[in-house]
Amino acid sequence: MAETLRPASAEETRQAVAWALGEETPLEIVGAGTKRGFGHPVAAGHLLDLSALSGIVAYEPAELVLTAHAATPMAEIEAALAQSRQQLAFEPPDLGPLLGAPAERATLGGVLAANLSGPRRILAGAARDHALGLAMVSGRAELVKAGGKVVKNVTGYDVTKLICGSWGTLGVMTEVSVKVLPAPERTRTVLVAGLEPSAAVACMGRALSSPNEVSGAAYLPATVAARSAVSYVASAGASITALRIEGPPISVGARNEALRALCAGDGEIEELHSHNSATFWQELRDASPVPADAPAVWRLSVPPAAGAGIMAALAPSDGEGWLDWGGGLVWWSCPATGAAGAVVRHVAEAAGGHATLVRAPDALKAEVPVFHPQPAGRAALSRRVREGFDPRGILNPGRMGAA
Amino acid sequence: MSIAMPAPDADVIARRDGFIAALRTLIPGEGVIADEKGLRTYECDGLAAYRALPLAVVLPETVEEVSAVMALAGEHNVKVVPRGSGTGLSGGALPLTDGIILGLGKFNRILEIDYANRCVTVQPGVSNLAISQAVSAAGFYYAPDPSSQIACSIGGNVAENSGGVHCLKYGVTTNNLLGLEMVLMSGEVIRLGGKHFDSDGYDLLGILTGSEGLLGVVTEVTVRILPKPSSVQALLLGFADVVDAGDCVARIIAAGIIPAGLEMMDKPAVKAAEDYCHAGYPLDVEALLICELDGPAAEVSELVDRVEAIARESRATTLRRSQSEEERARFWLGRKSAFPAVGRISPDYYCMDGTIPRGQLAHVLARMRELSAHHGLGVVNVFHAGDGNLHPLILYDAAREGDLQKTEALAGDILRLCVEVGGVLSGEHGIGIEKRDLMGAMFTEDDLKQQQRIKCAFDPEGLLNPGKVFPVLHRCAELGAMHVHHGKLPFPDLPRF
Repeated sequence: MAETLRPASAEETRQAVAWALGEETPLEIVGAGTKRGFGHPVAAGHLLDLSALSGIVAYEPAELVLTAHAATPMAEIEAALAQSRQQLAFEPPDLGPLLGAPAERATLGGVLAANLSGPRRILAGAARDHALGLAMVSGRAELVKAGGKVVKNVTGYDVTKLICGSWGTLGVMTEVSVKVLPAPERTRTVLVAGLEPSAAVACMGRALSSPNEVSGAAYLPATVAARSAVSYVASAGASITALRIEGPPISVGARNEALRALCAGDGEIEELHSHNSATFWQELRDASPVPADAPAVWRLSVPPAAGAGIMAALAPSDGEGWLDWGGGLVWWSCPATGAAGAVVRHVAEAAGGHATLVRAPDALKAEVPVFHPQPAGRAALSRRVREGFDPRGILNPGRMGAA
Repeated sequence: MSIAMPAPDADVIARRDGFIAALRTLIPGEGVIADEKGLRTYECDGLAAYRALPLAVVLPETVEEVSAVMALAGEHNVKVVPRGSGTGLSGGALPLTDGIILGLGKFNRILEIDYANRCVTVQPGVSNLAISQAVSAAGFYYAPDPSSQIACSIGGNVAENSGGVHCLKYGVTTNNLLGLEMVLMSGEVIRLGGKHFDSDGYDLLGILTGSEGLLGVVTEVTVRILPKPSSVQALLLGFADVVDAGDCVARIIAAGIIPAGLEMMDKPAVKAAEDYCHAGYPLDVEALLICELDGPAAEVSELVDRVEAIARESRATTLRRSQSEEERARFWLGRKSAFPAVGRISPDYYCMDGTIPRGQLAHVLARMRELSAHHGLGVVNVFHAGDGNLHPLILYDAAREGDLQKTEALAGDILRLCVEVGGVLSGEHGIGIEKRDLMGAMFTEDDLKQQQRIKCAFDPEGLLNPGKVFPVLHRCAELGAMHVHHGKLPFPDLPRF
């Protein structure tokens, strides 16, 4: 009979895993469950629900460190940070709505387990770069600690990084410590209208190669821009190339002028100020421009300069998308067919990157791996790493595919 | 000399000549060093108190050669110790008498500079500074800047996850790395990452970085480069009390300012540096801060104003802001020559490395003074104050009987203190052999066994740089064993749905 185990402490979590080991029955691990639609369906007999492991354990703004139980809602963490004018600089996305789950329920552990980062990733790094340490229960039902609670640490292997992005297949996080940073005082976004993808990537490249500390660089074709809640973007009737700058007011003003000058020859220029700028980047962060009825949604991570070529290569197929990370991140919606998926995978790989199937019907996931297939040597190495953490395969088996 | 290395494999040493002959079939001419004089060059790294002669030194030039050497070593049960420039301070490249040194010094080429993707691909023997120099004319640089950056290799930086004075704002090696190629002990070549962001599977790049040469030998590295900031300015701030200096650091951070560099020196360090290079440091202070701000010119001048105001609130007794590049360089001069300066006031010094929560600074410095008095050895402190990374320098005389043992005892006490206040054993130098036996102060036996299971996935026979990082070596078969208890459903009182 399927059980839902809802431990309230790290020790109870350990007991739950020990019990599942004894039963020889795998566990599906969930925090708030907002990303259960991401990855392959888990072949588990029982559910390990971590939602009771919630709450901030310690937060000292002057130390730039926050420690929280794994299933603490991001909303709670962000509210606490905002009170001290700090933030998680990797701009954690909320993919709940994209995946058919409620908004603002995602948990810190879930964000790290998926290593999800928003537009500021190009300047501030990924989720994994902000994870300092964690406590977890391995698939051997042992309490294991990784990393620390200070921002600079090379004591032992950086196990924390390995756990980030492992989708709960190596250990069950119970507590995590993250690096937090001051929130910018001011934000502004420079928009250039009407560029073709290649001109947009060149423009973003110039901006990112300038000393203006650009913290967001995205390109939306006209059809995608038209769905924005920011009226100027939606009504532009043209593609939008967006460059974000953040910091002290006087600095933002100066860099705004510098970026306008840098893009002057490219097209018509507009600016988004505080509220509109925040709305715009939150839309991109959460992949909101994806049409609700898009059959399959892909996320391609590629060398930034390849972004335009990828848009061009995918254009003939029946789909649409946009560029973030200066061209290094491509969101692409297309038919839920193996053939369309094969094109996406081929294009990503040819550019030296990889493609992840973020949203798709289970039937397609049965045919097309969600995570990019790896060369044999690396796949085997990853499998051996997993066996070291979870030799019986009881934690989220199959979530990341056959490996 | 209290750190013991694993007992050498007498059988391997007995078969040395045959193994060297086999090596020479793979690596021609001077690429295999086997004479004692030649081996002496490699007997230690930056932790010079520990020395050993390896079986042989091998200097391959291609990844195929690295692969062949490692596979051969594996077949002959010969251990392999990778080595970059040998500047490491924790003994990670200390030779093993029954193992070879695999030197990557001939991997010294910059392979590709890709401005469109803002990254550079290099061989691991290229020095840290050479990367910045190669892209400087185009307005770029490579951010992590360990103080040994003239000499230290990027491959070594990956192995140690090196930092530097600018890592509070720009991150350490792992935050600036995009891809690498490595060779496993089996000889298998594996590529991780590339020029894109984020891994498509487990973050093996993340686990390799800082793995101290225990998981794989890095043969190619791709790093991000950043546009150089348009403006840089520094402040020199002196305080009559260490508590005030710590308070100033906390207030700068709390004001939402992340300086590019935030360094502290205690009174003995200030005095040694001033005597050595006459940087113009005030000698009437208990602590000196160097706060560097970089970015757009308008931002830098505003933030310098703000930091100056904060310093006044924190009772700074000396307050100078650099008015020129020349003056900024002078502010840094004393800090950057702190180690040689200390070398002048003491026959030997032992450079330590630990990280503490910033708020514990005054407490830790006070306790350190007590420990210093207790062990009868002087301690000079330089400190990456921004990220809580301490570098106490213990003054001793290696020629004096018992001094090194006392030094190691004091170092152990200081590092245990770091852990006790919520910090860690190493901020940027690594564990190597130096802190190996202290790992138990921070990790449980289960924690350490789990880390060693990662090694088993990469190197099941334990031939790659064994005896480093982990205090107790376990065989992989032993680590894989597991006892499973069949029991009742746990915590039955809790609600289930």
